[in-house]
Amino acid sequence: MEGYRDLKQSDELVIPGTVDSSDIIAGCRHHFPLLHQQINGKALVYLDNAATSQKPQVVIDAMMQYYIAENSNIHRGIHYLSERATLAYEKVRQKVVKFVNAADTKEIIFVRGTTEAINLVSSSFGRKNVSAGDEILVSAMEHHSNIVPWQMLCEERGSLLRVIPMNDQGELILEEYEKLLTPKTRIVAISHVSNALGTINPVKQMTAMAHRHGIPVLIDGAQAAPHLRIDVRDIDCDFYAFSSHKMFGPTGVGVLYGKQQLLESMPPYQGGGDMIKSVTFEKTIYNDLPHKFEAGTPNIGGGIGLGAAIDYLGRIDRDAALEYEHEILTYASEQLQRIPGARVVGTAKEKAPVLSFVIEGIHPHDIGTILDHEGIAIRTGHHCAQPVMLRFGIPATARASFAFYNTKDEVDLLIKGLQKVVEVLG
Amino acid sequence: MSELQDLYQEVILDHNKSPRNYHAMKDADFSIEGFNPLCGDHYTVYVKMDNDVIADVSFDGAGCAISKSSASVMTQIIKGKTKSEMERLFSEFHRLVKGLFPRGEAAERLGKLAVFSGVSEFPARVKCASLPWHTLKAAVEMKKETVTTE
Repeated sequence: MEGYRDLKQSDELVIPGTVDSSDIIAGCRHHFPLLHQQINGKALVYLDNAATSQKPQVVIDAMMQYYIAENSNIHRGIHYLSERATLAYEKVRQKVVKFVNAADTKEIIFVRGTTEAINLVSSSFGRKNVSAGDEILVSAMEHHSNIVPWQMLCEERGSLLRVIPMNDQGELILEEYEKLLTPKTRIVAISHVSNALGTINPVKQMTAMAHRHGIPVLIDGAQAAPHLRIDVRDIDCDFYAFSSHKMFGPTGVGVLYGKQQLLESMPPYQGGGDMIKSVTFEKTIYNDLPHKFEAGTPNIGGGIGLGAAIDYLGRIDRDAALEYEHEILTYASEQLQRIPGARVVGTAKEKAPVLSFVIEGIHPHDIGTILDHEGIAIRTGHHCAQPVMLRFGIPATARASFAFYNTKDEVDLLIKGLQKVVEVLG
Repeated sequence: MSELQDLYQEVILDHNKSPRNYHAMKDADFSIEGFNPLCGDHYTVYVKMDNDVIADVSFDGAGCAISKSSASVMTQIIKGKTKSEMERLFSEFHRLVKGLFPRGEAAERLGKLAVFSGVSEFPARVKCASLPWHTLKAAVEMKKETVTTE
């Protein structure tokens, strides 16, 4: 196990700029201890990265170190440990500012994950700005977490949820989108990358289109953060949400970016400690940004882990990693054609390394069970995107999703596993 | 591989490919939908009652090999049985797929249902096998709302 510890926080992670794909693997795969184990007597092939990514040893170490030596509550103690924990936690906020190219730490709100970030906006922004007869615009490929909070708001306010349609490739139809932007639209909420199809949406263009009508835009970046460079000022979106656990950090922590002016104008999301300046039974004065939206003791250890994950990604040539992931996706898509009756669902031109597919006459659940028996972890089901399944007229898909630590050998094992599926059930 | 063979037995594969009593029943006394929100398995079970006896039963819908074959075998076994016999069979079937049934006795006491004994090695699939039974029970009990495994 010693090998996993060869990357220390202080070490430079050397991955050449001009990449031979094997360098990515050589450089990174052994940083992830979990990958090196057997499942059902077979070497683990982890292809469920869109559900959650694995964590490099540096992230695990950073969190362990925090709990061993630094654990204390933040923003309140005068003692040494509390100050040290506060500094460490607030330093992560600065890292996030750089990670998404925000303007200021006031714009970075720590939450439990993407789902909470969207709920925060639908609840706070929504209650202030959405009333009866207004419209909220989401896309046909949203995860349930970017549908249900808006539905709840619509129900409460008597407003209407409208849906941007997509074509058979799984790309949003921008001409239809333009028509749906009306004086009644209060916010547009779309995913950067679809978890079920892999489609990368043209969020910069779509944001500009909404802004021409004066409509703010929220982007669900849960699936984008592990793959793409995020630049919220370039996109010019008003809100951007993502989760730590899908980008090699721990579960239970995530980020809502919001433009300062908007966040200032919004009422608090939850009440409690840390989000106040002073409390009497007559009146409470709320704290300044970002703390106004952070009631209660946050996931400090998780935040520290997120900081380590951002550092880790900062030391990887991310363009090369993305290029490599794309290579893996292309290879997997090609190899899948060797399986009789297999069909890819989601064939957009711009795709993240997500391969959703069906095999004629075989239910994805059965595919998942047989692959699991071979040590191969994929996701099967509706991927919390039932409207997507409905759109394509299928009950579910099998989904292999990749990270830069996956290899072509693992794709070969996937294909071999699928051949076995066909043998057993075909 | 042997665990997989235990799960996907010939009888199960056969019922998956050619499910029995697989049709909507126009003159059913009761029909009810059942679905597993986690994987999207979705069936409708139709029953025709003759007092306390399940005179006829059929199903349609879509789902995995385990849920579909379970529904198919269930309709074969249950036709002509009384409500209380159905409830006893369901409870024994449930014990079988959860691995609580004495191995040697399964074939003798459960007949054809014993082919589902392999499900117990795959905890994630127990809900697939039991979904049609939950749905049937609700139909016989004339429940109005949709059944889910959650």
